[in-house]
Amino acid sequence: MSRPVTMPNWLRGVLFIAGCTLAVAPIWLLESFHLFQLTMAVIMALAVLGLNIVTGYNGQISLGHGAFFAVGAYASAIPMSLLDWSFWATLPVSAVVCGAVGWGVGFPALRLGGLYLALTTFSLAVAVPQILKHKWVEAWTGGVQGLFLLKPEAPDWLKLNPDQYMYVVALIVAGVCYLLVWNLLRGRLGRALMAVRDNPTAAEAMGMDLATLKTRAFAVSAVITGMAGSLSAAVVEFVAPDSFTFMVSITLFVGMVVGGVASILGSVFGGFFVLFVPNIAEAISRSAPGIIYGMILIAFLFVLPDGVAGLIRRLGALLRRTKGRNTI
Amino acid sequence: MDGFLHQLIAGIATGGIYASVALALVMIYQATHHVNFAQGEMATLSTFIALSFIQAGFPYWVAFFATLVVSFVMGALVERILMRPVQNAPVLTHVGVFIGMLLIIGNMTGWIFGYTTKAFPTPFQSDGLLFGGLISAHELGSTAVTLAVLILVYLFFAHTSLGLAMRAAAYNPRSARLVGIRVGWMLALGWGLAAAIGSVAGMMVAPAVFLDPNMMLGILLYAFAGALLGGIDNPTGAVIGGFAVGVLENLAGAYVVGTELKLTVALVIIIGVLVVRPSGLFGRVVFSRV
Repeated sequence: MSRPVTMPNWLRGVLFIAGCTLAVAPIWLLESFHLFQLTMAVIMALAVLGLNIVTGYNGQISLGHGAFFAVGAYASAIPMSLLDWSFWATLPVSAVVCGAVGWGVGFPALRLGGLYLALTTFSLAVAVPQILKHKWVEAWTGGVQGLFLLKPEAPDWLKLNPDQYMYVVALIVAGVCYLLVWNLLRGRLGRALMAVRDNPTAAEAMGMDLATLKTRAFAVSAVITGMAGSLSAAVVEFVAPDSFTFMVSITLFVGMVVGGVASILGSVFGGFFVLFVPNIAEAISRSAPGIIYGMILIAFLFVLPDGVAGLIRRLGALLRRTKGRNTI
Repeated sequence: MDGFLHQLIAGIATGGIYASVALALVMIYQATHHVNFAQGEMATLSTFIALSFIQAGFPYWVAFFATLVVSFVMGALVERILMRPVQNAPVLTHVGVFIGMLLIIGNMTGWIFGYTTKAFPTPFQSDGLLFGGLISAHELGSTAVTLAVLILVYLFFAHTSLGLAMRAAAYNPRSARLVGIRVGWMLALGWGLAAAIGSVAGMMVAPAVFLDPNMMLGILLYAFAGALLGGIDNPTGAVIGGFAVGVLENLAGAYVVGTELKLTVALVIIIGVLVVRPSGLFGRVVFSRV
């Protein structure tokens, strides 16, 4: 079984077209509330991907990615709401701001390993709503009341209502980000990030600059999660400090573990998991989502530490092995 | 000037709470090199259990000691059931399990006992303030209880053979095992003790801040800041750090940033300590050869 597993080209093509159809079909098939949920799932998948870059691929445990999500949301909401910018124009601003904040958080993170970093980022996540409410920034953030904004309108030739258009926008932004991250991680830089995670000493001996790599990983990861934040601000049409409690960070972390740590495909599963499972659980009780989250998280760590993506990978390997045995 | 003195003393009183939670964190850190994120939630649950005992008609101190026992068993069970199986797993797994515990225990508490804020009785009643209006009886009493706990913990570790065995198990597990110490049980014991200390902190802080399921979240962060400030591997340092953070938080809240940014003070202390002096004020500087 040492022969590399490759898919025939026609199968790739079929899978690609099937995937695109599956992604686009909901525009016409779902009514607006379900389409809204699906849009949020795409956004959460993007946010989990951001966390996965720094925690999954680079091994720096962050429990504070909700902070970057919040920064992204406000970086889009403030110009849209106060200066009447279009949504697209705010995206580069949001990327720059999130990248700078991520780099700034990554810098002290260099001194911290494992649990320390987790707790420090956790305290960042807890502090974010307080900072957003503070009177020094109230003029821009709108304080406790938050800011209202309007969804971008679809161009006339598209014939889509704003909900449908927002789904397309989320799909495009998330798709582009996934493609960029996939390219980044399978290249030289991605290998360097993983080397730093697996054996920092050896990585440094091979001439990698740990400090630069780690701070850049934080910055890139913050940009991706921040993009998700920008999208969520536009979809929900509202930002307020209390939407960005530390639970956002924990949700992203749970999504990453359940979907699959250090897996791009896993981030997609993670995003869908964190959006749809709490909705189901909320039917039981207000506390149920938290308890079920916690139980699923611990169960996955004990039984399936590589998440849904790992399960699929293992099933695929099993399938190939049995198929190989049959043909011989 | 009186206002300043009062802030200072109130800071020492809250600092005592942080010091005991910081001590609980340091104890688990020393034994296992873990920082228990769910420490606060476990303490909150213990406090609710204490309230149930009191509401069932037990006198305060009976409920107090019963809660200590229940918390001890709970902590030891958590170590046995949840931490044992992932002992050798990567840090990410430990963080995940802690977060899972935080979610489960926190929400269970809310589910069972409700989300409404509840008053919690204090055994230290008095009319008005003592010593010319500087300190309330509860502040004085809770500081005394905290100090008593700290002294007991010190005596336990320094002067009993069980304490010595626990230190040995943490310091050098392999050698400890060779001289016949049950290292696994020592870890469970450490978790149990930490949970019991946390429950004392919970019962002492609840009368001041009122009891609700999220009561301990901020306290955990302050305690962590205190533990870091004093040095995470030094129990005495953690206690001093806890008191220092309490005073700092109160003074900063009163004179510098206002009460809305209090949690941010914890964040600033944590980052400040880690950037300027990662080993804390009294911690051992650890060199790692690269």
